[in-house]
Amino acid sequence: MLEDKRIRIVTGHYGSGKTEFAVNYVINLAKSGKKAAIADLDIVNPYFRSREEKGRMERLGIRVVAPEGKFINADVPALPADINTLLQDESYQVVLDVGGDAAGARALGRYYPHLKDADYDMFIVVNANRPNTASSEAVIEYIQDIERAARIRATGLVNNTHMLRETTVEDVLRGQRVVEEVSRQKDLPVKYICAIERIAGQIPAGLAGEVFPIKMYMRPEWL
Amino acid sequence: MAKVLMKGNEAIGAAAIKAGCKFFFGYPITPQSELPEYMAREMPKAGATFLQAESEVAAINMVYGAAGAGARVMTSSSSPGISLKQEGISYIAGAELPCVIVNIIRGGPGLGGIQPAQSDYFQATKGGGHGDYKMVVLAPASVQELTDLLMEGFDIADQYRNPVMIIGDGMLGQMMEPVELREPKKRNLPPKDWATTGTGGRGHTNVINSLFIDPAECEKHNLKLKAKFDEMEKNEKKYEIYNCDNPDIIVAAYGTTSRIVKTAIDKCKDEGINVGLIRPISLWPFPYEVFEEYADRAKAFLSVEMSLGQMVEDVKLGVNGKKPVYFYGRTGGMVPVPDDIVAEIKKILGGAK
Repeated sequence: MLEDKRIRIVTGHYGSGKTEFAVNYVINLAKSGKKAAIADLDIVNPYFRSREEKGRMERLGIRVVAPEGKFINADVPALPADINTLLQDESYQVVLDVGGDAAGARALGRYYPHLKDADYDMFIVVNANRPNTASSEAVIEYIQDIERAARIRATGLVNNTHMLRETTVEDVLRGQRVVEEVSRQKDLPVKYICAIERIAGQIPAGLAGEVFPIKMYMRPEWL
Repeated sequence: MAKVLMKGNEAIGAAAIKAGCKFFFGYPITPQSELPEYMAREMPKAGATFLQAESEVAAINMVYGAAGAGARVMTSSSSPGISLKQEGISYIAGAELPCVIVNIIRGGPGLGGIQPAQSDYFQATKGGGHGDYKMVVLAPASVQELTDLLMEGFDIADQYRNPVMIIGDGMLGQMMEPVELREPKKRNLPPKDWATTGTGGRGHTNVINSLFIDPAECEKHNLKLKAKFDEMEKNEKKYEIYNCDNPDIIVAAYGTTSRIVKTAIDKCKDEGINVGLIRPISLWPFPYEVFEEYADRAKAFLSVEMSLGQMVEDVKLGVNGKKPVYFYGRTGGMVPVPDDIVAEIKKILGGAK
Protein backbone atom coordinates (compact mmCIF):
# COMPACT_ATOMS: atom_id res chain seq x y z
CA MET A 1 0.00 0.00 0.00
CA LEU A 2 2.83 2.36 0.84
CA GLU A 3 4.39 1.60 -2.53
CA ASP A 4 1.34 2.85 -4.40
CA LYS A 5 1.57 6.30 -5.96
CA ARG A 6 0.78 9.36 -3.85
CA ILE A 7 -2.65 9.90 -5.40
CA ARG A 8 -4.82 6.76 -5.42
CA ILE A 9 -7.91 7.16 -7.58
CA VAL A 10 -10.61 4.60 -6.81
CA THR A 11 -13.08 3.98 -9.64
CA GLY A 12 -15.23 1.16 -10.92
CA HIS A 13 -18.70 0.01 -11.77
CA TYR A 14 -21.63 1.49 -9.85
CA GLY A 15 -22.04 -0.52 -6.65
CA SER A 16 -18.70 -2.32 -6.94
CA GLY A 17 -17.67 -1.32 -3.41
CA LYS A 18 -15.35 1.55 -4.31
CA THR A 19 -16.26 3.63 -1.30
CA GLU A 20 -15.82 0.80 1.21
CA PHE A 21 -12.41 0.03 -0.32
CA ALA A 22 -11.43 3.73 -0.38
CA VAL A 23 -12.44 4.29 3.26
CA ASN A 24 -10.62 1.14 4.43
CA TYR A 25 -7.57 2.16 2.41
CA VAL A 26 -7.30 5.70 3.78
CA ILE A 27 -7.85 4.48 7.34
CA ASN A 28 -4.99 2.00 6.87
CA LEU A 29 -2.83 4.82 5.52
CA ALA A 30 -3.57 6.97 8.57
CA LYS A 31 -2.92 4.07 10.95
CA SER A 32 0.50 3.52 9.35
CA GLY A 33 1.39 7.08 10.36
CA LYS A 34 0.90 8.84 7.04
CA LYS A 35 -0.60 12.30 6.56
CA ALA A 36 -3.67 10.98 4.78
CA ALA A 37 -6.59 12.61 2.99
CA ILE A 38 -9.67 11.40 1.15
CA ALA A 39 -11.81 13.33 -1.28
CA ASP A 40 -15.40 12.31 -1.99
CA LEU A 41 -15.95 12.91 -5.69
CA ASP A 42 -19.20 10.97 -5.80
CA ILE A 43 -21.79 13.09 -7.57
CA VAL A 44 -23.79 10.08 -8.77
CA ASN A 45 -24.92 8.30 -5.61
CA PRO A 46 -27.20 10.04 -3.14
CA TYR A 47 -26.61 7.62 -0.22
CA PHE A 48 -23.78 5.58 1.33
CA ARG A 49 -21.02 8.03 0.38
CA SER A 50 -17.66 8.32 2.12
CA ARG A 51 -18.66 11.73 3.53
CA GLU A 52 -21.02 9.85 5.88
CA GLU A 53 -17.96 8.45 7.70
CA LYS A 54 -16.32 11.89 7.94
CA GLY A 55 -16.38 11.93 11.75
CA ARG A 56 -14.74 8.53 12.13
CA MET A 57 -11.99 9.41 9.64
CA GLU A 58 -11.32 12.87 11.09
CA ARG A 59 -10.84 11.36 14.54
CA LEU A 60 -8.00 9.33 12.99
CA GLY A 61 -6.42 12.53 11.69
CA ILE A 62 -7.57 12.05 8.09
CA ARG A 63 -8.42 15.15 6.11
CA VAL A 64 -11.84 14.59 4.52
CA VAL A 65 -12.71 16.77 1.55
CA ALA A 66 -16.43 16.66 0.74
CA PRO A 67 -19.26 19.16 0.41
CA GLU A 68 -19.65 21.03 3.68
CA GLY A 69 -22.49 21.39 6.15
CA LYS A 70 -25.92 21.74 4.65
CA PHE A 71 -24.60 20.95 1.17
CA ILE A 72 -23.65 17.41 2.22
CA ASN A 73 -26.98 16.15 0.83
CA ALA A 74 -27.51 18.76 -1.86
CA ASP A 75 -28.52 16.96 -5.02
CA VAL A 76 -26.18 19.00 -7.22
CA PRO A 77 -23.08 18.01 -9.18
CA ALA A 78 -20.72 20.43 -7.39
CA LEU A 79 -17.26 19.58 -6.04
CA PRO A 80 -15.27 21.35 -3.30
CA ALA A 81 -12.30 23.48 -4.38
CA ASP A 82 -10.10 21.80 -1.72
CA ILE A 83 -9.70 18.80 -4.01
CA ASN A 84 -7.15 20.88 -5.91
CA THR A 85 -5.17 21.30 -2.68
CA LEU A 86 -4.84 17.57 -2.25
CA LEU A 87 -3.73 17.12 -5.85
CA GLN A 88 -1.01 19.77 -5.52
CA ASP A 89 0.16 19.54 -1.89
CA GLU A 90 2.69 16.72 -2.04
CA SER A 91 2.78 16.29 1.74
CA TYR A 92 -0.56 14.41 1.55
CA GLN A 93 -1.11 10.74 0.76
CA VAL A 94 -4.42 10.98 -1.09
CA VAL A 95 -7.37 8.71 -1.89
CA LEU A 96 -9.94 9.97 -4.40
CA ASP A 97 -13.29 8.18 -4.03
CA VAL A 98 -14.90 8.59 -7.43
CA GLY A 99 -18.57 7.92 -8.30
CA GLY A 100 -19.52 4.78 -10.17
CA ASP A 101 -19.48 4.06 -13.90
CA ALA A 102 -18.40 6.47 -16.62
CA ALA A 103 -21.01 8.93 -15.31
CA GLY A 104 -19.19 9.10 -11.99
CA ALA A 105 -15.73 9.13 -13.56
CA ARG A 106 -16.68 12.19 -15.59
CA ALA A 107 -16.20 14.25 -12.40
CA LEU A 108 -12.56 13.20 -12.56
CA GLY A 109 -12.11 14.47 -16.10
CA ARG A 110 -11.76 18.08 -14.99
CA TYR A 111 -8.67 17.23 -12.89
CA TYR A 112 -6.87 15.80 -15.90
CA PRO A 113 -4.49 18.80 -16.21
CA HIS A 114 -3.33 18.19 -12.62
CA LEU A 115 -3.12 14.45 -12.99
CA LYS A 116 -1.38 13.71 -16.23
CA ASP A 117 2.05 14.53 -14.93
CA ALA A 118 1.28 13.83 -11.32
CA ASP A 119 2.07 10.78 -9.36
CA TYR A 120 -1.16 8.76 -9.47
CA ASP A 121 -2.56 5.26 -9.49
CA MET A 122 -6.05 4.59 -10.78
CA PHE A 123 -7.57 1.42 -9.39
CA ILE A 124 -10.57 -0.28 -10.97
CA VAL A 125 -12.66 -2.01 -8.31
CA VAL A 126 -14.49 -5.12 -9.54
CA ASN A 127 -17.25 -7.12 -7.90
CA ALA A 128 -18.00 -10.08 -10.17
CA ASN A 129 -21.19 -10.78 -8.18
CA ARG A 130 -22.70 -7.64 -9.70
CA PRO A 131 -24.68 -8.66 -12.81
CA ASN A 132 -23.06 -6.10 -15.12
CA THR A 133 -19.47 -7.05 -14.25
CA ALA A 134 -19.73 -10.81 -14.03
CA SER A 135 -17.41 -11.49 -17.00
CA SER A 136 -13.97 -10.25 -18.06
CA GLU A 137 -15.46 -8.87 -21.31
CA ALA A 138 -17.97 -6.76 -19.37
CA VAL A 139 -15.29 -5.50 -16.98
CA ILE A 140 -13.02 -4.50 -19.86
CA GLU A 141 -15.86 -2.55 -21.44
CA TYR A 142 -16.40 -0.70 -18.16
CA ILE A 143 -12.68 0.08 -17.87
CA GLN A 144 -12.68 1.57 -21.35
CA ASP A 145 -15.77 3.70 -20.62
CA ILE A 146 -14.32 4.92 -17.32
CA GLU A 147 -10.92 5.73 -18.85
CA ARG A 148 -12.58 7.70 -21.63
CA ALA A 149 -14.68 9.75 -19.18
CA ALA A 150 -11.83 10.24 -16.69
CA ARG A 151 -9.33 11.04 -19.47
CA ILE A 152 -6.65 8.99 -17.70
CA ARG A 153 -5.54 5.36 -17.76
CA ALA A 154 -6.18 2.72 -15.12
CA THR A 155 -3.04 1.39 -13.46
CA GLY A 156 -4.34 -1.52 -11.41
CA LEU A 157 -7.23 -3.84 -10.55
CA VAL A 158 -8.90 -4.57 -7.23
CA ASN A 159 -10.87 -7.80 -6.85
CA ASN A 160 -13.70 -6.84 -4.51
CA THR A 161 -16.01 -9.75 -5.29
CA HIS A 162 -18.25 -10.29 -2.29
CA MET A 163 -21.75 -11.14 -1.12
CA LEU A 164 -21.70 -8.76 1.87
CA ARG A 165 -21.78 -10.64 5.19
CA GLU A 166 -22.49 -13.92 3.31
CA THR A 167 -19.21 -13.75 1.33
CA THR A 168 -17.39 -17.08 0.91
CA VAL A 169 -13.83 -17.83 -0.18
CA GLU A 170 -15.39 -19.23 -3.35
CA ASP A 171 -16.94 -15.81 -4.11
CA VAL A 172 -13.51 -14.20 -3.84
CA LEU A 173 -11.88 -16.88 -6.00
CA ARG A 174 -14.57 -16.64 -8.69
CA GLY A 175 -13.97 -12.90 -8.86
CA GLN A 176 -10.23 -13.50 -8.89
CA ARG A 177 -10.56 -15.61 -12.06
CA VAL A 178 -12.45 -12.77 -13.78
CA VAL A 179 -9.99 -10.11 -12.58
CA GLU A 180 -6.90 -12.17 -13.51
CA GLU A 181 -8.32 -12.66 -17.00
CA VAL A 182 -8.84 -8.89 -17.28
CA SER A 183 -5.31 -8.45 -15.99
CA ARG A 184 -3.92 -10.63 -18.80
CA GLN A 185 -5.95 -8.98 -21.53
CA LYS A 186 -5.45 -5.38 -20.42
CA ASP A 187 -1.91 -5.86 -19.11
CA LEU A 188 -2.94 -4.33 -15.78
CA PRO A 189 -1.66 -5.73 -12.46
CA VAL A 190 -4.08 -7.10 -9.85
CA LYS A 191 -3.15 -4.91 -6.85
CA TYR A 192 -5.53 -6.06 -4.12
CA ILE A 193 -7.85 -8.94 -3.26
CA CYS A 194 -10.49 -7.68 -0.84
CA ALA A 195 -12.10 -10.00 1.68
CA ILE A 196 -14.14 -9.36 4.80
CA GLU A 197 -12.07 -10.09 7.91
CA ARG A 198 -13.90 -13.35 8.69
CA ILE A 199 -12.49 -15.04 5.55
CA ALA A 200 -9.41 -12.92 4.78
CA GLY A 201 -7.14 -15.48 6.49
CA GLN A 202 -8.50 -18.31 4.31
CA ILE A 203 -7.61 -16.79 0.94
CA PRO A 204 -5.04 -19.18 -0.56
CA ALA A 205 -1.49 -18.00 -1.29
CA GLY A 206 -0.13 -17.64 -4.80
CA LEU A 207 -2.84 -15.38 -6.23
CA ALA A 208 -2.02 -12.18 -8.06
CA GLY A 209 -2.42 -9.22 -5.71
CA GLU A 210 -2.20 -8.60 -1.99
CA VAL A 211 -5.01 -9.73 0.35
CA PHE A 212 -6.76 -6.65 1.74
CA PRO A 213 -9.01 -7.32 4.75
CA ILE A 214 -12.17 -5.19 4.66
CA LYS A 215 -14.06 -3.78 7.61
CA MET A 216 -17.63 -2.86 6.69
CA TYR A 217 -17.53 0.77 7.80
CA MET A 218 -20.22 1.96 5.37
CA ARG A 219 -22.85 -0.65 6.26
CA PRO A 220 -25.17 0.29 9.14
CA GLU A 221 -25.17 -2.22 12.03
CA TRP A 222 -28.78 -3.25 11.30
CA LEU A 223 -28.24 -3.93 7.59
CA MET B 1 -30.66 -18.18 -11.25
CA ALA B 2 -27.79 -17.77 -8.78
CA LYS B 3 -27.85 -14.90 -6.33
CA VAL B 4 -26.39 -11.61 -7.50
CA LEU B 5 -25.84 -8.33 -5.68
CA MET B 6 -28.23 -5.60 -6.70
CA LYS B 7 -29.24 -2.20 -5.47
CA GLY B 8 -32.95 -1.91 -4.72
CA ASN B 9 -33.66 0.43 -7.61
CA GLU B 10 -31.91 -1.85 -10.13
CA ALA B 11 -33.64 -4.90 -8.69
CA ILE B 12 -37.07 -3.30 -9.21
CA GLY B 13 -36.19 -2.87 -12.87
CA ALA B 14 -34.92 -6.42 -13.28
CA ALA B 15 -37.99 -7.85 -11.51
CA ALA B 16 -40.40 -5.78 -13.61
CA ILE B 17 -38.82 -6.94 -16.86
CA LYS B 18 -38.90 -10.54 -15.60
CA ALA B 19 -42.60 -10.09 -14.74
CA GLY B 20 -43.29 -9.14 -18.35
CA CYS B 21 -43.61 -5.37 -17.93
CA LYS B 22 -43.68 -4.01 -21.49
CA PHE B 23 -43.80 -0.26 -20.86
CA PHE B 24 -42.13 2.03 -18.35
CA PHE B 25 -43.05 5.70 -18.29
CA GLY B 26 -41.23 7.86 -15.80
CA TYR B 27 -39.29 10.92 -14.89
CA PRO B 28 -36.08 11.05 -12.86
CA ILE B 29 -36.03 12.10 -9.22
CA THR B 30 -33.61 11.21 -6.42
CA PRO B 31 -33.54 8.69 -4.74
CA GLN B 32 -35.14 6.48 -7.43
CA SER B 33 -33.35 7.73 -10.56
CA GLU B 34 -31.32 4.53 -10.92
CA LEU B 35 -34.59 2.81 -11.80
CA PRO B 36 -35.46 4.83 -14.93
CA GLU B 37 -31.75 4.72 -15.79
CA TYR B 38 -31.79 0.92 -15.52
CA MET B 39 -35.01 0.72 -17.55
CA ALA B 40 -33.64 3.02 -20.27
CA ARG B 41 -30.72 0.63 -20.68
CA GLU B 42 -32.40 -2.74 -20.17
CA MET B 43 -35.97 -2.46 -21.52
CA PRO B 44 -35.03 -2.15 -25.19
CA LYS B 45 -32.91 -5.32 -24.83
CA ALA B 46 -36.06 -7.10 -23.58
CA GLY B 47 -38.19 -5.87 -26.48
CA ALA B 48 -39.96 -3.44 -24.15
CA THR B 49 -40.36 0.33 -24.19
CA PHE B 50 -38.82 2.91 -21.88
CA LEU B 51 -40.04 6.45 -22.28
CA GLN B 52 -38.96 9.44 -20.26
CA ALA B 53 -42.08 11.58 -20.10
CA GLU B 54 -42.06 15.36 -19.95
CA SER B 55 -43.43 15.25 -16.41
CA GLU B 56 -44.82 12.91 -13.77
CA VAL B 57 -48.35 13.92 -14.79
CA ALA B 58 -47.63 12.88 -18.36
CA ALA B 59 -46.02 9.63 -17.22
CA ILE B 60 -49.02 8.46 -15.17
CA ASN B 61 -51.38 9.29 -18.04
CA MET B 62 -49.20 7.28 -20.41
CA VAL B 63 -49.58 4.45 -17.90
CA TYR B 64 -53.37 4.93 -18.13
CA GLY B 65 -53.18 4.61 -21.90
CA ALA B 66 -50.94 1.56 -22.02
CA ALA B 67 -52.91 -0.19 -19.27
CA GLY B 68 -56.14 0.55 -21.16
CA ALA B 69 -54.65 -1.22 -24.15
CA GLY B 70 -53.98 -4.24 -21.95
CA ALA B 71 -50.20 -3.92 -21.55
CA ARG B 72 -48.23 -4.65 -18.38
CA VAL B 73 -47.01 -1.20 -17.42
CA MET B 74 -45.23 0.53 -14.58
CA THR B 75 -44.16 3.95 -13.42
CA SER B 76 -42.00 5.04 -10.52
CA SER B 77 -41.06 8.18 -8.70
CA SER B 78 -40.25 9.58 -5.28
CA SER B 79 -42.58 11.51 -3.00
CA PRO B 80 -43.06 14.90 -4.75
CA GLY B 81 -43.39 13.09 -8.08
CA ILE B 82 -45.94 10.66 -6.63
CA SER B 83 -47.98 13.65 -5.43
CA LEU B 84 -48.11 14.80 -9.04
CA LYS B 85 -49.39 11.40 -10.13
CA GLN B 86 -52.33 11.31 -7.75
CA GLU B 87 -54.94 12.53 -10.21
CA GLY B 88 -53.89 9.86 -12.68
CA ILE B 89 -53.93 7.14 -10.03
CA SER B 90 -57.52 8.05 -9.14
CA TYR B 91 -58.51 7.92 -12.84
CA ILE B 92 -56.77 4.56 -13.26
CA ALA B 93 -58.61 3.15 -10.24
CA GLY B 94 -61.89 4.62 -11.52
CA ALA B 95 -61.37 3.17 -14.99
CA GLU B 96 -60.37 -0.20 -13.45
CA LEU B 97 -56.95 -0.52 -15.01
CA PRO B 98 -54.08 -2.65 -13.73
CA CYS B 99 -50.62 -1.11 -13.27
CA VAL B 100 -47.77 -0.96 -10.79
CA ILE B 101 -46.62 2.32 -9.24
CA VAL B 102 -43.38 2.47 -7.24
CA ASN B 103 -42.73 5.16 -4.63
CA ILE B 104 -39.18 5.36 -3.24
CA ILE B 105 -39.97 7.78 -0.46
CA ARG B 106 -37.88 10.78 0.54
CA GLY B 107 -38.32 13.40 3.24
CA GLY B 108 -41.13 15.92 2.85
CA PRO B 109 -43.42 17.82 2.78
CA GLY B 110 -42.80 19.91 -0.30
CA LEU B 111 -39.45 19.37 -1.97
CA GLY B 112 -38.15 18.09 1.37
CA GLY B 113 -34.81 16.40 0.87
CA ILE B 114 -33.29 13.35 -0.79
CA GLN B 115 -32.82 11.25 2.35
CA PRO B 116 -35.14 8.33 3.25
CA ALA B 117 -38.60 8.66 4.84
CA GLN B 118 -41.90 6.82 5.34
CA SER B 119 -44.04 9.92 5.51
CA ASP B 120 -46.16 9.05 2.43
CA TYR B 121 -48.07 6.33 4.34
CA PHE B 122 -51.28 8.36 4.51
CA GLN B 123 -51.05 9.31 0.85
CA ALA B 124 -50.54 5.69 -0.22
CA THR B 125 -53.08 3.98 2.02
CA LYS B 126 -55.84 6.53 2.54
CA GLY B 127 -56.33 7.55 -1.09
CA GLY B 128 -53.89 10.27 -2.12
CA GLY B 129 -56.13 10.95 -5.08
CA HIS B 130 -59.82 11.81 -4.95
CA GLY B 131 -62.83 9.54 -4.76
CA ASP B 132 -63.75 6.24 -3.12
CA TYR B 133 -60.87 4.09 -4.27
CA LYS B 134 -58.34 1.76 -2.66
CA MET B 135 -55.22 0.08 -3.90
CA VAL B 136 -53.03 -2.69 -2.56
CA VAL B 137 -49.93 -1.07 -1.04
CA LEU B 138 -46.96 -3.37 -0.42
CA ALA B 139 -43.98 -2.40 1.72
CA PRO B 140 -40.97 -4.73 1.38
CA ALA B 141 -38.13 -4.73 3.91
CA SER B 142 -35.31 -6.21 1.82
CA VAL B 143 -34.20 -6.16 -1.79
CA GLN B 144 -35.25 -9.81 -2.12
CA GLU B 145 -38.73 -9.08 -0.81
CA LEU B 146 -38.87 -6.01 -3.02
CA THR B 147 -38.42 -8.13 -6.15
CA ASP B 148 -40.82 -10.83 -4.91
CA LEU B 149 -43.59 -8.32 -4.15
CA LEU B 150 -43.01 -6.33 -7.30
CA MET B 151 -43.48 -9.41 -9.47
CA GLU B 152 -46.54 -10.46 -7.48
CA GLY B 153 -47.80 -6.86 -7.66
CA PHE B 154 -48.29 -7.14 -11.43
CA ASP B 155 -50.42 -10.26 -10.89
CA ILE B 156 -52.46 -8.60 -8.13
CA ALA B 157 -53.08 -5.62 -10.42
CA ASP B 158 -54.23 -7.88 -13.25
CA GLN B 159 -56.39 -10.04 -10.99
CA TYR B 160 -58.43 -7.10 -9.67
CA ARG B 161 -57.98 -4.60 -12.54
CA ASN B 162 -56.66 -2.07 -10.06
CA PRO B 163 -53.42 -0.14 -9.49
CA VAL B 164 -50.91 -1.62 -7.01
CA MET B 165 -48.35 0.50 -5.21
CA ILE B 166 -44.98 -0.69 -3.98
CA ILE B 167 -43.40 1.63 -1.44
CA GLY B 168 -39.91 1.71 -0.02
CA ASP B 169 -38.05 4.39 1.81
CA GLY B 170 -35.09 5.84 -0.10
CA MET B 171 -32.72 3.46 1.62
CA LEU B 172 -34.40 0.40 0.13
CA GLY B 173 -33.81 1.87 -3.33
CA GLN B 174 -30.15 2.52 -2.59
CA MET B 175 -29.14 -0.47 -0.49
CA MET B 176 -27.37 -3.39 -2.08
CA GLU B 177 -28.23 -6.98 -1.13
CA PRO B 178 -28.07 -10.51 -2.54
CA VAL B 179 -31.12 -11.22 -4.67
CA GLU B 180 -32.56 -13.99 -6.79
CA LEU B 181 -35.51 -13.32 -9.10
CA ARG B 182 -38.26 -15.82 -8.29
CA GLU B 183 -41.62 -16.38 -9.95
CA PRO B 184 -44.57 -15.59 -7.68
CA LYS B 185 -47.12 -18.25 -6.82
CA LYS B 186 -49.32 -18.74 -9.85
CA ARG B 187 -52.67 -16.96 -9.85
CA ASN B 188 -55.51 -17.56 -12.27
CA LEU B 189 -55.59 -14.27 -14.09
CA PRO B 190 -58.70 -13.30 -16.05
CA PRO B 191 -58.27 -12.56 -19.77
CA LYS B 192 -58.00 -8.84 -20.61
CA ASP B 193 -61.12 -8.94 -22.79
CA TRP B 194 -61.90 -5.35 -21.74
CA ALA B 195 -58.75 -3.88 -23.34
CA THR B 196 -59.02 -1.39 -26.20
CA THR B 197 -57.23 -3.44 -28.82
CA GLY B 198 -59.68 -3.05 -31.71
CA THR B 199 -63.03 -4.81 -32.06
CA GLY B 200 -61.64 -7.52 -34.34
CA GLY B 201 -65.21 -8.39 -35.34
CA ARG B 202 -66.19 -8.69 -31.68
CA GLY B 203 -69.44 -6.81 -32.20
CA HIS B 204 -69.05 -4.32 -29.37
CA THR B 205 -66.61 -1.54 -28.59
CA ASN B 206 -64.50 -1.58 -25.42
CA VAL B 207 -64.46 1.81 -23.70
CA ILE B 208 -62.04 2.83 -20.94
CA ASN B 209 -63.52 5.68 -18.93
CA SER B 210 -64.12 6.94 -15.42
CA LEU B 211 -66.88 9.46 -16.22
CA PHE B 212 -70.42 8.81 -14.93
CA ILE B 213 -72.71 11.79 -15.37
CA ASP B 214 -75.73 10.08 -13.82
CA PRO B 215 -75.16 9.94 -10.02
CA ALA B 216 -77.09 6.69 -9.75
CA GLU B 217 -74.76 5.17 -12.36
CA CYS B 218 -71.72 6.55 -10.52
CA GLU B 219 -72.93 5.07 -7.24
CA LYS B 220 -73.51 1.71 -8.93
CA HIS B 221 -69.95 1.86 -10.30
CA ASN B 222 -68.57 2.76 -6.86
CA LEU B 223 -70.41 -0.17 -5.28
CA LYS B 224 -68.94 -2.47 -7.90
CA LEU B 225 -65.48 -1.13 -7.03
CA LYS B 226 -66.24 -1.55 -3.33
CA ALA B 227 -67.05 -5.24 -3.83
CA LYS B 228 -63.63 -5.57 -5.48
CA PHE B 229 -61.88 -3.74 -2.63
CA ASP B 230 -63.62 -6.06 -0.16
CA GLU B 231 -62.18 -9.03 -2.06
CA MET B 232 -58.69 -7.51 -1.88
CA GLU B 233 -59.13 -6.94 1.84
CA LYS B 234 -60.09 -10.58 2.28
CA ASN B 235 -57.32 -12.06 0.11
CA GLU B 236 -54.31 -9.79 0.03
CA LYS B 237 -53.24 -9.14 3.62
CA LYS B 238 -49.60 -9.86 4.28
CA TYR B 239 -47.63 -9.47 7.51
CA GLU B 240 -44.76 -10.94 9.50
CA ILE B 241 -44.96 -11.91 13.17
CA TYR B 242 -41.55 -11.92 14.85
CA ASN B 243 -40.69 -12.95 18.42
CA CYS B 244 -44.28 -12.45 19.61
CA ASP B 245 -44.67 -15.59 21.79
CA ASN B 246 -44.21 -13.93 25.15
CA PRO B 247 -43.49 -10.26 24.59
CA ASP B 248 -43.36 -7.45 27.15
CA ILE B 249 -44.12 -5.04 24.36
CA ILE B 250 -44.87 -5.36 20.63
CA VAL B 251 -43.38 -2.96 18.13
CA ALA B 252 -45.12 -2.23 14.84
CA ALA B 253 -42.80 -1.25 12.01
CA TYR B 254 -42.64 -1.77 8.26
CA GLY B 255 -40.04 -1.59 5.51
CA THR B 256 -36.45 -0.74 6.36
CA THR B 257 -37.48 0.48 9.81
CA SER B 258 -38.52 -3.07 10.75
CA ARG B 259 -34.91 -4.18 10.25
CA ILE B 260 -33.63 -1.48 12.56
CA VAL B 261 -36.27 -2.65 15.06
CA LYS B 262 -35.05 -6.26 14.76
CA THR B 263 -31.57 -5.12 15.78
CA ALA B 264 -33.14 -3.22 18.69
CA ILE B 265 -35.01 -6.42 19.65
CA ASP B 266 -31.70 -8.32 19.82
CA LYS B 267 -30.22 -5.60 22.00
CA CYS B 268 -33.25 -5.71 24.31
CA LYS B 269 -32.92 -9.50 24.59
CA ASP B 270 -29.38 -9.00 25.92
CA GLU B 271 -30.90 -6.90 28.69
CA GLY B 272 -33.66 -9.37 29.49
CA ILE B 273 -36.47 -7.44 27.78
CA ASN B 274 -38.60 -9.47 25.39
CA VAL B 275 -39.83 -7.41 22.45
CA GLY B 276 -42.04 -8.65 19.62
CA LEU B 277 -42.54 -7.21 16.16
CA ILE B 278 -45.60 -7.14 13.94
CA ARG B 279 -44.52 -6.08 10.48
CA PRO B 280 -47.34 -5.18 8.13
CA ILE B 281 -46.20 -6.05 4.59
CA SER B 282 -49.47 -4.95 3.00
CA LEU B 283 -50.14 -1.46 4.38
CA TRP B 284 -53.47 -1.63 2.61
CA PRO B 285 -55.20 -3.89 3.34
CA PHE B 286 -53.88 -3.39 6.87
CA PRO B 287 -53.78 -6.46 9.17
CA TYR B 288 -55.98 -4.94 11.89
CA GLU B 289 -57.14 -8.31 13.30
CA VAL B 290 -53.56 -9.40 13.95
CA PHE B 291 -53.03 -6.41 16.24
CA GLU B 292 -56.28 -7.08 18.04
CA GLU B 293 -55.33 -10.72 18.52
CA TYR B 294 -51.88 -9.92 19.90
CA ALA B 295 -53.20 -7.12 22.11
CA ASP B 296 -53.92 -9.78 24.74
CA ARG B 297 -50.27 -10.84 24.87
CA ALA B 298 -48.34 -7.59 25.37
CA LYS B 299 -48.42 -4.77 27.91
CA ALA B 300 -48.17 -2.07 25.27
CA PHE B 301 -47.54 -1.34 21.60
CA LEU B 302 -45.03 0.99 20.00
CA SER B 303 -45.18 2.11 16.38
CA VAL B 304 -41.75 3.06 15.00
CA GLU B 305 -41.76 4.98 11.73
CA MET B 306 -39.73 7.37 9.67
CA SER B 307 -42.57 9.88 9.96
CA LEU B 308 -44.24 11.91 12.67
CA GLY B 309 -46.89 9.24 13.25
CA GLN B 310 -48.97 7.84 10.40
CA MET B 311 -49.23 4.04 10.60
CA VAL B 312 -49.69 4.45 14.38
CA GLU B 313 -53.31 5.45 13.65
CA ASP B 314 -53.97 2.06 12.03
CA VAL B 315 -52.16 0.29 14.87
CA LYS B 316 -54.53 2.02 17.30
CA LEU B 317 -57.54 0.91 15.23
CA GLY B 318 -56.21 -2.65 15.34
CA VAL B 319 -55.37 -2.69 19.07
CA ASN B 320 -58.81 -1.20 19.56
CA GLY B 321 -58.21 0.36 22.97
CA LYS B 322 -57.12 -2.90 24.60
CA LYS B 323 -53.60 -1.65 25.37
CA PRO B 324 -51.78 1.69 25.18
CA VAL B 325 -50.18 2.47 21.81
CA TYR B 326 -47.06 4.65 21.76
CA PHE B 327 -45.17 6.24 18.91
CA TYR B 328 -41.52 6.90 18.13
CA GLY B 329 -40.37 8.38 14.84
CA ARG B 330 -37.68 10.30 13.04
CA THR B 331 -38.55 12.46 10.09
CA GLY B 332 -37.25 14.61 7.26
CA GLY B 333 -34.67 12.03 6.15
CA MET B 334 -33.31 11.08 9.58
CA VAL B 335 -33.10 7.35 10.26
CA PRO B 336 -33.83 5.91 13.73
CA VAL B 337 -30.93 3.98 15.28
CA PRO B 338 -31.39 0.77 17.31
CA ASP B 339 -30.16 2.33 20.58
CA ASP B 340 -32.79 5.08 20.45
CA ILE B 341 -35.54 2.49 19.93
CA VAL B 342 -34.20 0.48 22.89
CA ALA B 343 -34.29 3.64 25.03
CA GLU B 344 -37.87 4.32 23.96
CA ILE B 345 -38.92 0.77 24.83
CA LYS B 346 -37.31 1.04 28.28
CA LYS B 347 -39.04 4.36 28.88
CA ILE B 348 -42.44 2.85 28.08
CA LEU B 349 -41.91 -0.33 30.14
CA GLY B 350 -40.46 1.66 33.02
CA GLY B 351 -43.56 3.83 33.02
CA ALA B 352 -45.88 0.83 32.73
CA LYS B 353 -44.57 -0.83 35.91
